[in-house]
Amino acid sequence: MKVPVRITVNGRLIEREVEPRLLLVHFLRVFAELTGTKVGCDTSQCGSCTVLIDGVSAKSCTTLAVQADGADVTTIEGLADGEKLHALQESFWNKHGLQCGFCTPGMILASHELLRTNASPSDDEIRHGLEGNICRCTGYQNIVRAVRDAAGTVAAADK
Amino acid sequence: MFAADFEYYRAGSVAEAGQLLAAHPGAKLLAGGHSLIPLLKLRLAAPAAVIDIGRIAELRGISTDGDGLRIGALATHAEIAASDAVREHAAALAEAAGQIGDPAVRNRGTIGGNVAHADPASDLPTVLAALGATVTVAGSGGERSIAVGDFFTGVMTTSLGENDLLTSIRVPSAAGRGTAYVKFSHPASRYAVIGVAVSLGIGTKGGGWISKIKGEQKETVCTEAAVAVGGLVPTPVRCGAVEAALNDQPPTAETFAAAAAAASGDIGDDLLGDVFASGEYRKAVAPVYVRRAIEAAAGRAG
Ligand SMILES: Cc1cc2nc3c(=O)[nH]c(=O)nc-3n(C[C@H](O)[C@H](O)[C@H](O)COP(=O)(O)OP(=O)(O)OC[C@H]3O[C@@H](n4cnc5c(N)ncnc54)[C@H](O)[C@@H]3O)c2cc1C
Ligand code: FES
Ligand code: FES
Repeated sequence: MKVPVRITVNGRLIEREVEPRLLLVHFLRVFAELTGTKVGCDTSQCGSCTVLIDGVSAKSCTTLAVQADGADVTTIEGLADGEKLHALQESFWNKHGLQCGFCTPGMILASHELLRTNASPSDDEIRHGLEGNICRCTGYQNIVRAVRDAAGTVAAADK
Repeated sequence: MFAADFEYYRAGSVAEAGQLLAAHPGAKLLAGGHSLIPLLKLRLAAPAAVIDIGRIAELRGISTDGDGLRIGALATHAEIAASDAVREHAAALAEAAGQIGDPAVRNRGTIGGNVAHADPASDLPTVLAALGATVTVAGSGGERSIAVGDFFTGVMTTSLGENDLLTSIRVPSAAGRGTAYVKFSHPASRYAVIGVAVSLGIGTKGGGWISKIKGEQKETVCTEAAVAVGGLVPTPVRCGAVEAALNDQPPTAETFAAAAAAASGDIGDDLLGDVFASGEYRKAVAPVYVRRAIEAAAGRAG
C-alpha cells in the first residue's frame, strides 16, 4: 500500500506516494534531499534526528511520514535566513558547541524548542531541555554555553 | 530500521475508528507513536494494519468538568505538564508528565497511548492510581467507564478489548490536598525505575464538645492519604498499609518515615528488575521514594 503525503519542508512543498512505514527522517533525507537531519541511534534516544513539526520539536526517527502529512517541517537547513545564520547557529559556532558536528543539527533544533518554551533558561534548565540529545564529543559544556549565548542574543534582538 | 509493511488508515472520528477496528482484526491504533513506532521498528509488533487516531479532534483537550478534570486521550505529555487546570486539580499528574522522557517525546506522546500501552515503567498509570482516576472507553457496545484500579491487568496488558478505544480520562480534583510524584529515573531511558504518587490532606481531629469534656486538644492530622507505587511492579500498587499509617496521624517526619517503611509489605514479591536495578534493589530503596513523595505532598497540602 502507498499513500499520498504532502509535507512542506523549509517552505518547499514536497508531495510523494510513500509506504506508510516510511519514517519522517527518511522522507527528509531521501525525498527532500536534505541530509542535515541525522540518524544516530534509530531508537528514539539520541535526538540527532530532531526537527520541528509545525514549529514544535519531534524525533523524526520516531515519526512516520504519514503523521506529518499536511505539516510544516523545519530542518537544520531551514533555520538560516539566506546567508544569515540563526542566532543558535552563530552561538554554536562562536562558543565551539560542536566537534564532529553529528549531533549538532538535532542539538540546535532541540535548543530552538527550549528557547521557544523558555526564553531565558538557567544552565540547569538548558541541560534538562537537551536531555533527549546525546553528544559523544563535546562533554556538553560548550553546548550549554552556546545556548546561553543564543538566549542572550535573541533577548537583545527582541528589545 | 524499517517496520514490516502495514496498511494505513486515518480515522476522522471515534465512530470511524470503531468501524476501522471492526473491519481490520488485529489492527493497532496509532496515537503519538512513541511506544508503537519503536516496537514496529524492532519488529516486536507487526500488525497488518495501523489505524491513525492522531487527528481525531474529539479526543483532544483538557477541561474541568464538575468536580474534576476530563483529559482527552490525545492530550500530550507537554500539554498536561503545562496545563493550569491540571496543576490546580492534580499537580502530581502535571509533575509526572513533565518528567517523561525528554521534551521531544513529551511533544508527541499522549496520555491515552501511555495508559493503553501499560508499560510498568511508565509514569502516568501510577499517578492515576493514586488520584483515583477513571478511564472512559468507546467499544462495540457503546461507552463505558473503568476505574484505573481495574484497568491494568499485567505487564503491558489492560482490560481494553480488541475493538476498544480509550477516549478520555476523568481525574477527580485533589484541590485542597497536596499531591506529588517522585521518580527514580532510569539514567539512560528516563523511564521510571521506581515512581511514587501521593495525594494527602492535612486536617484536624478532635476539638468537638466530647473532646472538650475529655480535655483533649484539637490536633493536626493527615487525612485522605492515597499512595501508589509503580516501576518495580507489573501494575501500579495502591499502598493500603502506608495510607493507614498516615491517616489520623500528625504530619511529622516520624509519621512519614514509619508510613513509608510499611511500603515493602504493600509492594509484595512480584517484582520487576533489569541489569541496571534488580527487583530486590528496587524494593529496598522504594520506601525512600515513598517518604520523599509523602513529604512533597504534605508540603503542598492545606
Ligand atoms: C525515548 C523515550 C523515552 C520515554 N520515556 C518515558 C518515561 O520516562 N515515562 C513514561 O511514562 N513514558 C515514556 N515514554 C513513552 C511515552 O510516554 C509514550 O508516548 C507513551 O507511552 C505512548 O503514547 P503514544 O501516544 O505515543 O502512543 P502510541 O505509541 O501511538 O500507542 C501506544 C499503544 O497504545 C495504543 N493506543 C494508543 N492510543 C490509544 C487509545 N486512545 N485507545 C486505545 N489504545 C490506544 C496503541 O495501539 C499502542 O498499542 C518514552 C518514550 C520514548 C520514545
Ligand atoms: S536517531 Fe532519532 S533519536 Fe536517535
Ligand atoms: S559534536 Fe560530535 S556528537 Fe556532538
